[in-house]
Amino acid sequence: MRKVSIVGAGMTRFGEHWETSFRDLIVEAGVKALTDAQMPGQDVQAIFGGCMASSRFIAQEHIGSLIADQVGLKPIPSTRCEAACASGGVALHSGWLAIASGRYDVVVVGGVEKMTEIGTSRAALALGGAGDQEWELFNGASFPSIYALMACRHMHDYGTTEEQMASCAVKNHANAVNNEYAQYRKKITIEQVMNSGYVASPLKLFDCSPLTDGAAAVVLCASEKARKYSDAPVEIFSTSQASGTLSLASRSSFTSIDATRVAARDAFDHARLTPKDVDVAEVHDCFTIAEIMAIEDLGFFKKGEGGKVSEEGRTALNAEISVNTSGGLKACGHPVGATGVKQAVEITWQLRGEAGKRQVNGAEIGLTHNVGGSGGTAVVNLYKRGD
Amino acid sequence: MVTAMFNGVGITGYGTYVPRMRIKIEEIARVWGKDGASLSKSLNIKEKTVAAYDEDSCTLAVEAARVACRNVDASKIGAVFVGSESPPYAVKPSSTVVAEALGSTPNMTAADLEFACKAGTAGIQSALAMVACGMIESGLAIGSDTAQGRPNDVLEFSSGSGAGAILVGKEKVIALVEATYSFSTDTPDFWRRSHAEFPKHAGRFTGKPAYFKHVAGAANRLFQELGTKAEDYDYAVFHQPNGQFPLKVGEQLGFEKEKVLPGMVTPLIGNTYSGATMIALCAVLDVAKPGQRILAVSYGSGAGSDAFSLSVTDEIENARQPVPVFEQIKDKEYVDYALYVKHRRKLKSL
Repeated sequence: MRKVSIVGAGMTRFGEHWETSFRDLIVEAGVKALTDAQMPGQDVQAIFGGCMASSRFIAQEHIGSLIADQVGLKPIPSTRCEAACASGGVALHSGWLAIASGRYDVVVVGGVEKMTEIGTSRAALALGGAGDQEWELFNGASFPSIYALMACRHMHDYGTTEEQMASCAVKNHANAVNNEYAQYRKKITIEQVMNSGYVASPLKLFDCSPLTDGAAAVVLCASEKARKYSDAPVEIFSTSQASGTLSLASRSSFTSIDATRVAARDAFDHARLTPKDVDVAEVHDCFTIAEIMAIEDLGFFKKGEGGKVSEEGRTALNAEISVNTSGGLKACGHPVGATGVKQAVEITWQLRGEAGKRQVNGAEIGLTHNVGGSGGTAVVNLYKRGD
Repeated sequence: MVTAMFNGVGITGYGTYVPRMRIKIEEIARVWGKDGASLSKSLNIKEKTVAAYDEDSCTLAVEAARVACRNVDASKIGAVFVGSESPPYAVKPSSTVVAEALGSTPNMTAADLEFACKAGTAGIQSALAMVACGMIESGLAIGSDTAQGRPNDVLEFSSGSGAGAILVGKEKVIALVEATYSFSTDTPDFWRRSHAEFPKHAGRFTGKPAYFKHVAGAANRLFQELGTKAEDYDYAVFHQPNGQFPLKVGEQLGFEKEKVLPGMVTPLIGNTYSGATMIALCAVLDVAKPGQRILAVSYGSGAGSDAFSLSVTDEIENARQPVPVFEQIKDKEYVDYALYVKHRRKLKSL
């Protein structure tokens, strides 16, 4: 397998893009990534795009071709990847394989979602498609309620508190203040989270990631040719994708996501690293409890300690491990199909030392963790500065 | 639209009607299991008016019109415009009902106007133009609504009832209209389909690309045309869908809070839709002194804003309404959600 590096990265501002269309978001992110790589379009050989529910959000299918056409790269192959909220991560994994296999030298990986065209209740139904329709959604479950069940069990088993969960949101908002691309660049307090009203007890409004419009893109290149485009390529030196059950009821545990654990173990084994080696991580905090479970399942902390360590500030910027420097899904925003790619963009900036006021000092090793649904899919990638 | 100038035409009378019954935001929140205190704070609305079972936007309009026209021969009013989004009839004008009640019929014209919350000021513009061109001597514009909000929708916490009437003419003008400018686009932020009982809205989309874009768009262009700026005005009146938006847009346009507060009625009566800008302007006319200038900007979803630059004359002292808006607001009687449901006909089995 050949080594694969990121030679260009770009994204749109995340937020409510009322005057920008789905295709404009794609073009903006794609052009930014190619411009960052100083790469002419004709060098791109294939596109992989993550997008979860465009048919329900904007009534558009056939996104692969749309992307190739809109960014002016047809007739190269362009493939849409869908794995709910892990669509971006799966697109990245697929793009990586396409280069590692030797088939292509240069691939653009994008992620996009335009979620604010429809109302909140319809958006919630669209997102519900990430769960198990027969066992969960048809019976009245929504995503907040599914993660609320996980939170309840985590509280029961490990004594995790609502304040500890709130501390993840507070930390992620603090990070987003320094991210010009973030949806919410405002500090919040534990009290504000606690008083934000229950969506599904024990999860409150400020425990939940928002509906977001946005797109992100990275240019992947065979590492041996990366220097042609970038003075500071970032190598994805390990990538792993795993599947779990769609429905929560079929799992052996409510407090852990198996797909995350499998993907993480595989990614670390392949890289011959341990979680201790990671300096900066973008983890999938669709809800605050998801971040707590993620930092445990990824091996950064022991199972059950996630809430406590978050409250103690051990995951804050430049603390023990810097988690979600972008602001995470909670504060940077969560355009579902774009999130997995945005995480790679953030880690690229961190490893290049371009993250400004949210820069992790001496960041050498980065990790991204992207989850689909309540854990039906997980993608874990490891990054380091390229040779 | 270019800014229109009017030589000597302006407001000659005004009047408002604020229903007596009030319901507190916290009482509505109690029924729906919401945090009333924080909801009330975020909307900056304490309570809202509740029109009685036997009131509708027509009767509200008549009450306001009678005050506005109390000193004039109603038969000389050549036009009556009623702006509302809650007319009792889908087809059959409210304006003729009001004109008949005033005694203005039959040698006159009447029309109902609809442009969400700005139909009242659209009526002012029509009356201004008709007076300016000599078609009529005076014309009456009314904004009146028994505003609808679907139970438990955020609109239920803000939609009130009330009416404001503005008489336009050339004689004994109390506030000269220096200019008016309108800013309109196709922006679907709030709507009610035919036969639908309650309006729908697009959440936060009703803010920046809708209310703020249009209100600021109209105000800034008016400033540009007249060569004025915020400092040149003593009062600023803005449409008030809640108690936050007018303060925020005022700040954006460079107005001190003190210039916006005299017209802030929504925190105490809720958003009276077509009545809102009209009542707010009347509240300012209650206190404005000769020589002072007023900026008034309405907003109607869908979307558009009408901006007016007004200059108050000495005649104001002879034409103030007998009971000022904020005095009318003080006369109140609280009802609970059950009575509110009865009076606003939300009980389906009735």
